[in-house]
Amino acid sequence: MRPYKKIDAEDIAVLRTFVPKERFFVEDEIHPDYAHDEMMIYGKKEPDVVIQIKSADEASKIMKYASEHNIAVTPRGAGTGLCGGCVPLYGGIVINTSLMNQILEIDPDTMSITLEPGVLLMEVQEAVKAAGFLYAPDPGEKSATVGGNVMTNAGGMRAVKYGVTRDYVRGMQVVTPEGEILELGGKVAKNSSGYSLLHLMVGSEGTLGVVTRITMKILPSPKKMTSLLIPFDSLSAALKTVPEIMKLPEVATTIEFMEKEVLDDAQEYLGKEFPNRNYPAYLIVSYSGNSQQHIESMLDMASKTAMENGALDVFLSDTQERQETIWNARGAFLEAIKNSTTEMDECDVVLNIDKVAEFVEYTRECSKKYNVRIRSFGHAGDGNLHVYICKDNLDDETWNTVVEEVMNGFYAKARALNGQVSGEHGIGHAKKKYLEESVGASQMNLMKKIKRVFDPQGILNPGKIVD
Amino acid sequence: MRIVVCVKQVPDTQKVQVDPVTGVLIRNGIETKMNPYDLYALETALRIKEKTGAEIDVITMGPDAAKAVLYEAMALGADDAWLMSDRRFAGADVLATSFTLAQGIKTIGDVDLILCGKQTTDGDTAQVGPAIGEVLKIPHVSWVRKLMDADEKGLTVQQEMMDSVADVRLNYPCLLTVEKGIFEPGLPSYLKMKEAKKKDIHLLNMDKCECRDAKRYGLSGSPTQVEKIFEPTYDLESVRLEGSTEENAAALFVKLQEMKVIEGGK
Repeated sequence: MRPYKKIDAEDIAVLRTFVPKERFFVEDEIHPDYAHDEMMIYGKKEPDVVIQIKSADEASKIMKYASEHNIAVTPRGAGTGLCGGCVPLYGGIVINTSLMNQILEIDPDTMSITLEPGVLLMEVQEAVKAAGFLYAPDPGEKSATVGGNVMTNAGGMRAVKYGVTRDYVRGMQVVTPEGEILELGGKVAKNSSGYSLLHLMVGSEGTLGVVTRITMKILPSPKKMTSLLIPFDSLSAALKTVPEIMKLPEVATTIEFMEKEVLDDAQEYLGKEFPNRNYPAYLIVSYSGNSQQHIESMLDMASKTAMENGALDVFLSDTQERQETIWNARGAFLEAIKNSTTEMDECDVVLNIDKVAEFVEYTRECSKKYNVRIRSFGHAGDGNLHVYICKDNLDDETWNTVVEEVMNGFYAKARALNGQVSGEHGIGHAKKKYLEESVGASQMNLMKKIKRVFDPQGILNPGKIVD
Repeated sequence: MRIVVCVKQVPDTQKVQVDPVTGVLIRNGIETKMNPYDLYALETALRIKEKTGAEIDVITMGPDAAKAVLYEAMALGADDAWLMSDRRFAGADVLATSFTLAQGIKTIGDVDLILCGKQTTDGDTAQVGPAIGEVLKIPHVSWVRKLMDADEKGLTVQQEMMDSVADVRLNYPCLLTVEKGIFEPGLPSYLKMKEAKKKDIHLLNMDKCECRDAKRYGLSGSPTQVEKIFEPTYDLESVRLEGSTEENAAALFVKLQEMKVIEGGK
């Protein structure tokens, strides 16, 4: 309960006994990165203690002590979040799970993988691929931890066909704020056994429990994935084509949109040319399948639909080298925009896919009205946009006003279009205001009550999602 | 002006598999693609075409299935395509291959510039390009990493040497083999690919070549004796700089110079 107890020498002496000394950090030993995630614009706050845990047992001891002494605890993975979710707003303890980085089992008989939360997304994708299977979720930030992905219900490029991280979580071991170790779900493929505490945990951003083990579904790997790079003379023409492609008999794996300006930023950032780069806007549409013939029939349908809807050409990316060129550029967009400006703020709204064009048009109007550079890219196939407002040379005062007004406008527009505040990045502490405006008082009250059931004292990741 | 780009169909795999018993490359059941390095050669040709309005011909030696890479080259912007296919060409080593391709290029006629990828991803010898130049007795430069100028008379290029880079001026006719990254290759148009498949490809066999001596082609024209084929092993070298900041900076500077990332005398 706030105010939380300020950690003192006595607390430190006890907490030190829970882990070997090389995994315990105080004061100057704490790396400055623990004070923020990737969006420093949302503010920084240093923790008093950082503990790198290696087991649920260690997490349990820490949580028991913290709840007995009313100390704030913030769990953290790789710190690649974009809403301030891992920032210890009230100081206290940061539990870092990144050393819990073992893949415990890939089980072909149940088509599942069991792993510790600190395994990086790139590592799990690689390991599952090496075993001959597919880890379907494909969020853009490959150096994020799987624990972080689960806790934000990360989405990514392949959500059109395969869904999001939540759809793959089968079981979880979590440590409650009071230190109890729970086993939620398991390897089973379905589960109607009462309220799903498992799915309350997914997307809870570390506010309900500390995840210490995860079991996830894996899929048979399609033999081949081919992408089409489809240029248009305007982004709205590209976006209006998306619902038509979605109606085709085969579901695309990925439908992304991008504009020339963002590609230019990515080229500069990567120091590498993008192929066929002189068009105003593009869709990238990918299909996966098991035979050349099967894929070709999908490509035929998609290219025909694209041309009927104003595409200027249809380019084929059918080899590993070509796929890497396109997807490396796509993967660099966020960093490239970051690199192109002095400071930026981000909006991750999700809309009905037939409303994406209207929203992007609105962002353009805002850009003109407020005379500020706005860049966007995103997952056209699932309606999830990433829109960035760039500070560039604006002075602080103008920037603060502009960013506030533009963001208010974005979320109001999303609301008016029946969209949601976050498609995949979460709420953290940065988007709380917009969540409240979006879902309303009744839903917020229910969320607050849920939080209190799990965490009566409110010590776990305080100040995130709900107050 | 006429540019010929030499292309090859190779297995579409990162790892070439070798039959452990026979030592022969396993090609069955493996999908194919255009040799990635050839895409850089073709892209270089397309950039020169933009400047000079040259006509681009692509040529390959291989079975009928190798037409796929010619169609792809045409979808990327090549104007005309030539397939050298003949049972008598089979089993060719570097010498016979370069001799055969040189014969094909002579048959095309009036060629100003020949462009090849630096090497293929299956044979990996990096010798066919320069050997074509030798057979044709024209100047040739390998490992070209930058095209500095191209006009009606010739080209200025930058060549990647072991310890340095060299700027070279050549007059036509000449041959270049290009490095990966000289230009970013464009993607083929899926629509043009479909159209290209309706186009005619010129077929060349030995009887259409200037030299009709069967001993110069295929296995009988190949002096190479393969003693053993094995999978290469890779060593990933990682260097850790453990000195002071100043020492590390100096060591890194030298390393970057060696890698030719930054300029400066040693």
